[in-house]
Amino acid sequence: MFGTIRSRLLATGVLLALSIWALIPANVTQRVRDAATGRMKDTTIRRVPINLGLDLQGGIHLALEVDQSKGPVPDCADAIQRAQRVVRTRIDEFGTTEPVVQLQGRCRLIVELAGEKDPARAKGIIQRTAFLEFRITDMKNLFRDALPEIDKALRQAGVKAPGQGAAAASVTQLFGADTAKAKKPAKGKTAAPDTSEANAPGALSSLLFQGQLPGEYLVPEEQVPVAESLLARPDVQRLVPRGIELRWGTEVMSRAARSYRALYAVEDRAIITGEELQDAKATRDPLTNQSVVNFVLSRRGGRTFERETGRHVNDYMAIILDGRVQGQPPVIKSQIGQRGQIELGAKPLQDAQDLALVLKAGALPAPLTIIEERTIGPSLGRDSINDGIRAGIVGVVLVVGIMLVYYRLSGALAVAALGLYVIFTLGGLAGFGFTLTLPGLAGLVLSVGIAVDANVLIFERIREELQHGKLVRTAVDEGFRHAMSAIIDSNVSTMLTAFILYLVGTGPVQGFAITLIIGIAASMITAVFVVRTFYMIWLERRPDMATLSV
Amino acid sequence: MIRLFANANYDFIRWRRWAYGLTAAIIIPGFALFLVRGLNYSIEFTGGTLIQVHTAAPVGTGKLRAALDAAGIRDAEIQQFGDPTEYVIRARIAKGGAVADGSTEATAAAVDSALTRGLGAAPEHYTIVRTEAVGPKVGRELQGKAFLAIFFSFIVTLIYLAFRFEWRFGLAAVLATFHDILTTIAFIRYLDLEVSLVVVGAVLTMVGYSLNDTIIIFDRVRENLRKFRRQNLYEILNLSINETLPRSVLTHGTTMATTIALVLLAGEVLRPFALVMTFAIFTGTFSSIYIAAPLLMDIEKRWPGEDARGARAFRAAGSAAAPEPRAPQPTR
Repeated sequence: MFGTIRSRLLATGVLLALSIWALIPANVTQRVRDAATGRMKDTTIRRVPINLGLDLQGGIHLALEVDQSKGPVPDCADAIQRAQRVVRTRIDEFGTTEPVVQLQGRCRLIVELAGEKDPARAKGIIQRTAFLEFRITDMKNLFRDALPEIDKALRQAGVKAPGQGAAAASVTQLFGADTAKAKKPAKGKTAAPDTSEANAPGALSSLLFQGQLPGEYLVPEEQVPVAESLLARPDVQRLVPRGIELRWGTEVMSRAARSYRALYAVEDRAIITGEELQDAKATRDPLTNQSVVNFVLSRRGGRTFERETGRHVNDYMAIILDGRVQGQPPVIKSQIGQRGQIELGAKPLQDAQDLALVLKAGALPAPLTIIEERTIGPSLGRDSINDGIRAGIVGVVLVVGIMLVYYRLSGALAVAALGLYVIFTLGGLAGFGFTLTLPGLAGLVLSVGIAVDANVLIFERIREELQHGKLVRTAVDEGFRHAMSAIIDSNVSTMLTAFILYLVGTGPVQGFAITLIIGIAASMITAVFVVRTFYMIWLERRPDMATLSV
Repeated sequence: MIRLFANANYDFIRWRRWAYGLTAAIIIPGFALFLVRGLNYSIEFTGGTLIQVHTAAPVGTGKLRAALDAAGIRDAEIQQFGDPTEYVIRARIAKGGAVADGSTEATAAAVDSALTRGLGAAPEHYTIVRTEAVGPKVGRELQGKAFLAIFFSFIVTLIYLAFRFEWRFGLAAVLATFHDILTTIAFIRYLDLEVSLVVVGAVLTMVGYSLNDTIIIFDRVRENLRKFRRQNLYEILNLSINETLPRSVLTHGTTMATTIALVLLAGEVLRPFALVMTFAIFTGTFSSIYIAAPLLMDIEKRWPGEDARGARAFRAAGSAAAPEPRAPQPTR
């Protein structure tokens, strides 16, 4: 397959190009806390796309379990999933760039917050009890009617509309009127909004697009920070109609190649809270094949809910967990008592299970206890990187020196391959999105020493063959052929060990195992394949070579 | 052209009893010490709180001790960590369960406030650069996982080597690696290194590395057994070790260069890891030559092979040259 020099160079070139491409500093979108306003915003920065572990960039690592000190929790897997849903909802409050919230095993939750320095604050956010409430959306479009006033106030305050060339003077009808999915409530205005402000686009209203139901507005994802900061202004807050509050949705919707985040105007009064919820279950209706969530309320909650839903038939009910609207508010079709059902239509069952989890999170908040906590200061991480790089450079220089002195020209080939090896390994780390940790960095330095082993094996074998009086070309061929079995057996067994380390280990040990595995793979490619290619080129240029510099 | 140990012809196998004795002299006292005093496990395994403090001025452990004592934190261990401005404070969870799970965080907070009183306010006089708090449950799990990892890596290696060579080679390699684990535990005990997760990682890497080295020699044994049908195993083993000697010297030289660079330059956090790795290379090399190869011979003596590739060669060698399994020792 790779018989010719040309095809071998091509294969090497492709690998090199892929690795370099993976390492080119790319624009990475990060959600970071704006220092001025204290709110989250998206920024793009250019950096080499290698993820650094918490031990290298600083941050907080927390392992949490359901608190069983006040009596055993029967189903901890279910409880921890609820907790995960809650923590995910709160994720923006942390203000970290790439927060990690994941389940480990059955009953453990791992939260990693890179760059976060205040463990007390993080723990407070995570361990806060979940709060679930149902609220009716702004059915009378009070907020929309107040928008011209808000725009006017903003204009007087000197806030200009973002100059995105929006011809829209006010809330734009983005998707047309409602589809058959939900009946249009009679109270809602269907007409296009007034155009009295046509002279200038409103600062706030030009950011908002009318959603599919009353009280739902869509904000382009990139404008969310602007909208957030405008809504936080006291003069805007004052003009939001009485009895109405604004809540962001959790989901990002994409329409026509743009992403939008939903903003909901909801009543300030909850018709029911999570305390009254007893259980929720996701199922698929066998008749209609629709995903549904069934929920059960307490007896008292059932009475309240019956009264409230009776008043709000055909209204939309937002499900709000910790101040964030979860999914799209469902319509209330009829009066509901103690048992209710939320239909999700053709959406996958996964969505229904997620919603059931939200309801249960509010109903049975899972108290979390921290079983493991690590906080690494950013300065310590920086020191670790510097020390690791320094040790790496010294190690590499030593290895290069030994190889050049001992194997001369052939050693130079191995060193060139070693250069490729480093690029391949880093490219592999970046390309597969693995995280570089401090032990990983050590593994990388260590693997440079091990990487030359295959070349040492080959070169020694070539020397032996030359000593037996073989011709240069034959000696090279035989050297590679005979060294192969040792290289493969030894590397495969090391890789198996590293693989087990990865499977059994956690965090830092896994990082180490990953760099070791990628390192071994890269060293096999460079030491065997690439160095062989170098030899082929060398021998083709000097076919009559009588002695080999090895 | 520089050639180290080219055409060497040392009788390594002859020294096997000395090697066994030397290694026992290292392992037995180390292990006795290990049984009596245990290992210095990090809080990842024991549970507890670790706080690394960077002070503005070199204060000395005495002043930190006084600050903690004044606040009533008495069971903490204070250690200088590299520079005289870096200290590590460890409060392990006492045996007997007097300290509950949740109080690891409380310990961190208590240490922080004690330092504020003893040294002055936080950012000017000291900064806490690292906090780790681990509940005892996690520690127990980790210990179990570490043993599991070593156990599984042995099983997988045995299977792989049985498949690629034959079971005698696999057994010899695994026993030699087990020897390396014992010497490494003794080494950790002698230096009283702290056993963290990363150090366990180093031990596991050593397992891979030592196996790797043993396999290189065994690969040559396999080849020579096929090539020289008239020689006995004793000679084949010596020949193979000598033939691979230049490679061993070179590879271990380069690898050790990198681990020593890590020991000297990579900072305090990685130092135990780097020390263990450096020792691992040493013991791995030693065991491949002086433990794995002689063990292979002993195993072959005890259970002579019949149908496997290598075993056929032994028998051929034995019947032609000298009566196997009692190997002749020509140089003695």
